Amino acid sequence: MTEPSPRAAVVDWAAQIAEDLDFAAARAHLAENPGRKAAGYLPVYAPREIVRAAGMLPVGVHGGGDRLEIIRGDAFYQSYICHLPRSVIELAQSGRLDFLSAVLFPATCDVIRNLSGTWQLVSPEVYVRYLDLPQGGASELAAEFWKEELGVLAADLGRIAGRAVTGDSLREAIAAYNAVRSLIRELYRVRRETPWRVPSEELYLLLRAGETVPLEAFVERARAYLAAVEADAGRVRDKARVVVVGAFCEPPPIGLIKTVERAGCSIVDDDFLLGNRMIDGDVPLDGDPLGALARAFVGRAVRNSTLYEADPEGKRRLIGERVAAARADGVIFASASFCDPALLDRPMLRAGAEAACIPCIAFQFAENTGQFQQFREQAGTFADAIKLWGGE
Amino acid sequence: MSDQDKDRSMLLQKEMLAEHYRRLEAAPETREPVVYTFVPGNLTELIRSFGALPVLPEINALQSAMRGKSQGYIAAAEKGGHSEDVCSYVKCDIGMARAGNVGPTGTRLPKPDLLLLSYTGCYTFMKWFELLREEYRCPTVFLQVPYEGDGSQTPAMRAYVARQIRETLIPALEKATGRRYDEDRLKESLARSRAAEDDLVAVLQSARKTPSPIDAYFGAVYYVGPIFSAFRGTEEGLAYYRALREEVEQRAARAEGPATPAGRLDAQKYRLVVEGPPNWTHFREFWRMFAEEGAVVVASTYSKVGGTYDLGFRHDPADPLGTLADYCSGCYTNRSLPARVEMLERYCREYSADGFLVHSVKSCNSFSAGQLTMLREVERRTGLPGAFIESDLVDARYFSAANLKNRLESYFQMLEARRTGAAVPA
Ligand code: SF4
Ligand code: SF4
Repeated sequence: MTEPSPRAAVVDWAAQIAEDLDFAAARAHLAENPGRKAAGYLPVYAPREIVRAAGMLPVGVHGGGDRLEIIRGDAFYQSYICHLPRSVIELAQSGRLDFLSAVLFPATCDVIRNLSGTWQLVSPEVYVRYLDLPQGGASELAAEFWKEELGVLAADLGRIAGRAVTGDSLREAIAAYNAVRSLIRELYRVRRETPWRVPSEELYLLLRAGETVPLEAFVERARAYLAAVEADAGRVRDKARVVVVGAFCEPPPIGLIKTVERAGCSIVDDDFLLGNRMIDGDVPLDGDPLGALARAFVGRAVRNSTLYEADPEGKRRLIGERVAAARADGVIFASASFCDPALLDRPMLRAGAEAACIPCIAFQFAENTGQFQQFREQAGTFADAIKLWGGE
Repeated sequence: MSDQDKDRSMLLQKEMLAEHYRRLEAAPETREPVVYTFVPGNLTELIRSFGALPVLPEINALQSAMRGKSQGYIAAAEKGGHSEDVCSYVKCDIGMARAGNVGPTGTRLPKPDLLLLSYTGCYTFMKWFELLREEYRCPTVFLQVPYEGDGSQTPAMRAYVARQIRETLIPALEKATGRRYDEDRLKESLARSRAAEDDLVAVLQSARKTPSPIDAYFGAVYYVGPIFSAFRGTEEGLAYYRALREEVEQRAARAEGPATPAGRLDAQKYRLVVEGPPNWTHFREFWRMFAEEGAVVVASTYSKVGGTYDLGFRHDPADPLGTLADYCSGCYTNRSLPARVEMLERYCREYSADGFLVHSVKSCNSFSAGQLTMLREVERRTGLPGAFIESDLVDARYFSAANLKNRLESYFQMLEARRTGAAVPA
């Protein structure tokens, strides 16, 4: 038997963890570290630094994808609500999330907001916190409010973990996540510059796995992956460079990501698992760490559909800016069905893209979509149009 | 209902609304400033203290639907790229704006001088005003009202809202209206709000009586109209609620039920508590499905979206900005699901309900996501039978009269069977 290449080894590791609906890696880590607890968080952004500073394992809860059979979840959600909460509830009701001592629900939309209340009702023994992310743009007032909220979260998690969050533990956690952010920026840079070397499905799996395991395990694998990619020039492929916008919460099935790339597109920027890249750059390590974390979010959260856009021109300009930064040829608006943030934003973003003569297409998916034919045709035609006529 | 059959309060309200829309139409000439804002977390007293006229887009949308105009507006918005999956209020409003912004009473609505985005209890509000900002290219000011995720407002949440009002909203209103903030004027207005709120609560709580002199869902939509929209804190609002209370008290003294599309409902067979907003495209037909079966709604949560006065909150003129913060925080959809369940449980008991019904609307994640859990929880806590029906707010494509009627009829049969101890029909 031949050894898998270092790169294949990382991808296999990531796929196994990312696709494991029982969170075996996280459970194993807790079993190996008696007394350690885990806190889950829903998409999009949660301040994982605080979870880590309390000595807990942060675990991303991103639904069940296309591998989870929904048995109980449909009794919780009407047909006109997106798929994510029903698969999350399915995971919870089937006991797969019973290793979480706390679950955090960021202010992504009203579905996730209300899921926090559902959790309070059906799992009263678990610590539930709604994270009321500051909206309304950068202001000192918003930063102060968010700092207070972070303080409450830190105190609560410290109590649950039996280990108070301190200035030092926070600074350590911020530094650790600065390293993660920097690695992820690097992964995105390499994909942007040489997309043939970093297939998006691999990048996605790596990031998804990274939200389930201890940060150190992710850092090790991500470095190994980058090293393997650097060592392999790969075969240059001439594909249409696209930015995928709108899939920041309910994740698209892996098959959909593969389909888009096999149909002649290279994804050179996206908003998959956006929480990883929500804060642009490093969080400063000097001064008061909670304040630094709060100000980093208030001042430097990347613009996206879950946040209010204070700049009246912002929505119209956003796609043009992202396309320019990624040197992309076009945009694919890919949103989960019934996703309010993505779908309400789409007309504004699309109008901006069209005004800037940026080619775009749009489709909707669900995390458990199984048929990709229609996407293959759409993405294929789009790629052909871009290559032949620059998208005209 | 002809005007003759209508209650005096209803006619009063009709006149108030007509006058308000007339003033709005004339605003470009009279130069009265216009501020658009939402029902939950509306700061009407503050807006009016600057001499500005409020416009509530949800009210325009629902009234457009009651007048049969929403479908065309929604179709226009969808043609312009809006998804079928999102809130139909937003699409109705965008469609209306693009069709010349002729409001539900046939008068033209002026463009806003300011969009006051009170982000209270609904995520979609943010997108709605971002979209309207694209239509009108006007200034927008943002107020974040933290969600009561743990069931109550903390001092930090209160202070955050009050400070935003002082530091952000008031300067924006000063700029948009060209007037200085006048706290005394605001206080006077808040005192009027308080008095009207007392009257409204007396009206809503009259439904504890048997027979109930009001319908606390379909009928309450009219009762809460003025206080949820442009008239809280105004002299007209005060007079309206005084008249309404007298009228309801007289009806109660005569042991009469409310007027409904099926006639006066004196013989009330079923007392229901309802969760969720009504459908507006077939409002009277929907109401008739209840009234014809002798069902009266004795308490509803929808009538609390613009304030939970029956839980004790009153505007306090002694603390004008703090009280506005408290007001916003307590609006129904800003409350956690467990707090909403507690309210419903309390209504079921205090209003001696026979049953509990959820009307879930496709448009609204703020209301609808989690309602199935709420239904089970209220059933478990009260032992009352619940029912779950679905349609939409202003998109008629999702209103299936036959389905709803069937569901409701079986539900009423079930209530009847429980009452008589007969076998429950399958
Ligand atoms: S997919 Fe969209 S609507 Fe659904 S939970 Fe996520 S952000 Fe909310
Ligand atoms: S989502 Fe619900 S609360 Fe929000 S604007 Fe639509 S109907 Fe109103």
